[in-house]
Amino acid sequence: MSEVGGRSEGAAIGGASREVAFRGGGFLPEPRKLHSWLVFAVLLALWQAVTGLGLVNALFLPSPLGIARALWGLALSGELWHQLSASLLRIGAGWAIGSALGLLVGLSMGLSSLSRAIGMPLVSALYPIPKIALLPLLILWLGIGEAPKVATIAAGVFFPTVIATFSGVDSVPRSLIRMGQSFDLPVRAIVWKVILPSALPQILAGFRISIATALLLVVSAEMIGAQFGIGAFLLTAGNLMQTDQLMAGVVVLSLLGLTLGALVGIVEKTFLRWR
Amino acid sequence: MDLIVEVKRHAFGELTVLEDVSLAVRAGEIVALIGPSGCGKSTLLGIAGGILRASAGRVVMQGAPPAECLNPLTYIFQDFALLPWRSVAANVAFPLEHHPLGEPERKRRVADALRRTGLVDFAAALPKQLSGGMRQRVGIARALVVRPAVLLMDEPLSALDAQTRELLMEDFLDLLLRERMAALYVTHNFAEALRLADRIVVLSRRPGRIREVVEIARPQRERTGKAAQAELAELGERLWSLIRDEALSAEREMTDV
Repeated sequence: MSEVGGRSEGAAIGGASREVAFRGGGFLPEPRKLHSWLVFAVLLALWQAVTGLGLVNALFLPSPLGIARALWGLALSGELWHQLSASLLRIGAGWAIGSALGLLVGLSMGLSSLSRAIGMPLVSALYPIPKIALLPLLILWLGIGEAPKVATIAAGVFFPTVIATFSGVDSVPRSLIRMGQSFDLPVRAIVWKVILPSALPQILAGFRISIATALLLVVSAEMIGAQFGIGAFLLTAGNLMQTDQLMAGVVVLSLLGLTLGALVGIVEKTFLRWR
Repeated sequence: MDLIVEVKRHAFGELTVLEDVSLAVRAGEIVALIGPSGCGKSTLLGIAGGILRASAGRVVMQGAPPAECLNPLTYIFQDFALLPWRSVAANVAFPLEHHPLGEPERKRRVADALRRTGLVDFAAALPKQLSGGMRQRVGIARALVVRPAVLLMDEPLSALDAQTRELLMEDFLDLLLRERMAALYVTHNFAEALRLADRIVVLSRRPGRIREVVEIARPQRERTGKAAQAELAELGERLWSLIRDEALSAEREMTDV
């Protein structure tokens, strides 16, 4: 609107005036740390009240305090560490092998049209198989012992890593690659200095998924056949109806998942500061 | 060193984008390449620097590149093409890392390039912390660090806002004239071409052919006065009349390239 006769623009020129109502706002998530913690506190308090007042049979649902006591007992006796270390070794070995192979295969699929043509249909066909279904076969191949469990975890970790690495490499901006070429950078340097750092965010996102997969598979594999490990411990506790022990094991799994996730978070914070 | 580009034909599949285009950039000369969108300006620039291979044709460097030159034909990109995980100094050092230079020499070159582009205070910053204009300065510094003979610039200012463009263009010109660097400058902006170029090559619509070559006799340093402005404006009118109709039909064309 133009100014009329030197009047300021704010002044009404005539006719009825209405104020413009505010209609934006909302849809903006903001952090509410207190509420997040409060949920836990309220739930635990309710749970404790229900079980403490004897409204639910402790055999089916032990109280939070009971679970904490069981956990403390397990920690003191060394039982917890005994079981946990067996699982951690399997996760560590399986995840490392699966990730290393997955990175290699994903990188080569991202870089070479030939490996992509060969790899893509194979990965698409094999990825949806629940890897725990392979355990019996792997036991036949590798014998009983650690090898088939580690191999199952490695297989489960391999595929999400391949897919994350491949799509990370595939989505590197072509302009960055051309820039490297325009300065006569050798291919190896382009892979190391341009492609891999650029694909890192997606690779780390893949790690989050593969760690969850590893956790799932270690428990399943140990439930099927293992003497020690969190999975075996859970199964035994269930068979003996020691629900407080069982729940203590579940809590340990939750904490383990959180810890591993936090580790990836730290790696992301350190290496992806540039984002 | 002169750069001679001779493209007999260049095609993407069935689609011929360039036909019989040959041009030369002499030492220290600034050549602007303009034309309607989709006329193959950027393609021609890619061919000139060896990033694209012409379907038929060749590119020749004639004469020796300047002393200390590591990469005679060096690009400055429209989208800057900075590595976002590297600091400004590390981005500028990037093209030196695979050359067998001593650490002091590398440092000297980087420091020199940062100084000449006014980036000394930003050496440790990450690209995301910089404005568009500063980012393109990093792109320029990265190009200077290899002491190029010919700068190949693909609309280096078109991702920037008008004010930044104006400021950076003057710095650019200063740098080019002071270092006596040659440049092949692709743009769709007449004002840039008229301000910077010794010669303006006008391409026709696809398939791109050379429509006209316009020499600007007046030196760049003397193009800011009133009389010069009027003269350049007239030249701009002429250029616009040359490609107006083609730009119009190019704009209305559907493409699947």
